[in-house]
Amino acid sequence: MSTLIKTCESVGLNWFVPFLRLAKRDNPNEQLRQILLTIGVPIIAVLIFLGAWSWVARNVKVSFGSLPGPAAVWVEAKNLWADHLAERKKEADFYKRQAERKKTFLAENPTGEWKERKYAGKPTYLDQIFTSLRTVFTGFVIAAIIAVPLGILCGLSKVFNTAMNPFIQIFKPVSPLAWLPIVMIMVSALYNPKEPMFEKSFISSAFTVALCSLWPALINTALGVASIDNDYLNVARVLKLGWWKKVRKIVIPSALPLIFTGLRLSLGVGWMVLIAAEMLAQNPGLGKFVWDMFQNGSSQTLAQIMVAVFTIGFIGFFLDRTMMVLQKAVSFDGAAIR
Amino acid sequence: MAFLELNKVSKGYGFGAKRTEVLHDINLSIAEGEFVAIVGYSGAGKTTLMSLIAGLQRPDEGSVTLRGETVTEPSPDRAIVFQNYSLLPWLSVYENIALAVDEVFSHWPAEKRREHVEKYIAMVNLTPARDKKPRELSGGMRQRVSVARALAMDPKILLLDEPLSALDALTRAVLQDEIARIWAESKKTVVLITNDVDEGIIVADRIIPLSAGPRATLGPSVQVDIERPRDRKALNHDPRFKAIRKEVIGYLLGDGGHKKTSVTRKLTLPDIEPEDLSVSRFHFGRPPARRKSEQKQETVETV
Repeated sequence: MSTLIKTCESVGLNWFVPFLRLAKRDNPNEQLRQILLTIGVPIIAVLIFLGAWSWVARNVKVSFGSLPGPAAVWVEAKNLWADHLAERKKEADFYKRQAERKKTFLAENPTGEWKERKYAGKPTYLDQIFTSLRTVFTGFVIAAIIAVPLGILCGLSKVFNTAMNPFIQIFKPVSPLAWLPIVMIMVSALYNPKEPMFEKSFISSAFTVALCSLWPALINTALGVASIDNDYLNVARVLKLGWWKKVRKIVIPSALPLIFTGLRLSLGVGWMVLIAAEMLAQNPGLGKFVWDMFQNGSSQTLAQIMVAVFTIGFIGFFLDRTMMVLQKAVSFDGAAIR
Repeated sequence: MAFLELNKVSKGYGFGAKRTEVLHDINLSIAEGEFVAIVGYSGAGKTTLMSLIAGLQRPDEGSVTLRGETVTEPSPDRAIVFQNYSLLPWLSVYENIALAVDEVFSHWPAEKRREHVEKYIAMVNLTPARDKKPRELSGGMRQRVSVARALAMDPKILLLDEPLSALDALTRAVLQDEIARIWAESKKTVVLITNDVDEGIIVADRIIPLSAGPRATLGPSVQVDIERPRDRKALNHDPRFKAIRKEVIGYLLGDGGHKKTSVTRKLTLPDIEPEDLSVSRFHFGRPPARRKSEQKQETVETV
């Protein structure tokens, strides 16, 4: 039981801990108070928010009817899910029909050549979510691969840090919308294979995410490396560790908590930037979904965009939590991270 | 020729008018297998002296030589145990020691290295804690790990930089006895730096006082000719113990003592008067705190 409690705490499910303690009959009054505080208060806050939203929705008129309230958004979310299921069914039916046709075709002329066709339906909302996730992870991995080694070098060498500093300071505040055209032109110029493995829009979005999200990881890694306890470096000196061994055995482990702090921030930035990048690059993810809905201007537009807003919010929250768990797992000093 | 020799060593920090000379004209010669304790005030430059011997810093003047070779850089030959343990917090006890052993004895087969690590964990009585992380250990246990790591490198000389000063008195006494035992077993040359004269007398062959800084220098060395193993309780009544103690402390308080410095500080006292608790208080009508907006000046003489 107590290991379960610890696990809950380490993955950020703090609100669940009082229930476990209650089940353990561990000071029930205190646990009930905790439950009220950690769950009751957010529930009340959410209810107030939903109430206020409905009220505003009923009283504000926009060009195509009224602003959607929570109920309308919920209906739209269910519609998107139903669309997804319907589309999947259509796809399955298509392949089934194709298989049948193939059988009859081969039975009629056994020497003939059958051409397989791919299903060409439109991507569903869930497909778009997965495209977004794939894009953000690609960008994030590119950012990490660039930022962490550079950050380590910055932290180790004052000269290198001074050399990098102007670039960090100037490029860090640049908006993804400014990077994107440059990235798109570069991708068009450099990526022209005969049979492209990736869409150009995917590569452009991923690189834009990488360009914007590498800075927090870079800065935190540099800070983590620069603030290594001098004693640890003295250990390396007394042992006469070589440069590479010193980095591997002393520098990286001791900077790991801050490296992960940086990566966590980077992923957050990347997810935020991604939507904008997808809108402009037309990468078929959530950003494009929002843009397309905005363009078609039907009566469900706003409700569907709001579904996207909540989806983006929840996924962002989930990504942050995942990184937090990793961050806790690598921090050796047992410091509280929230 | 002496085993370890410091010849007219000086070390200072800063430049020009701001320069402070920490150590001045240090001459020291230690024989092989000897256990020497250097006793001095806090802030006198003891750690600087240790860094010079370890090679973590270079002297401004003079030279440090080990077996006739000038010390220019740190090396596993001169293993050092720091006051704050300097264990790597992400490694277990075993891994901390193994890191040193794997590096120093990289030519050994893995099995031999593993046995070597286990041997030194056992030597400091930490076998049950071999897989614990440093933060799960008490201060005394951490320092044992640090000592084990240093000894496992099989150094020519072991440098102990105030290894026990962060520990409580009881743990200290236990570890002092342990250090004496380990020294008797391994017969290494040991330099111990401490601010505790009694500690030096219990473990060392020779005690050398370091005068107060700045420009600290070594005083006359005092031989501890008390047979080992030394019994802490009996020692207190031993006339030789008292004589050595008196001699070292006499130097530290006399010739090597502080050049009288008086520090004037402006001390700001809390600007609030104590409240009279005998008068009952009301929740809403609480009287405002009384302040005495004045400052006092005091002269503090440090001894």
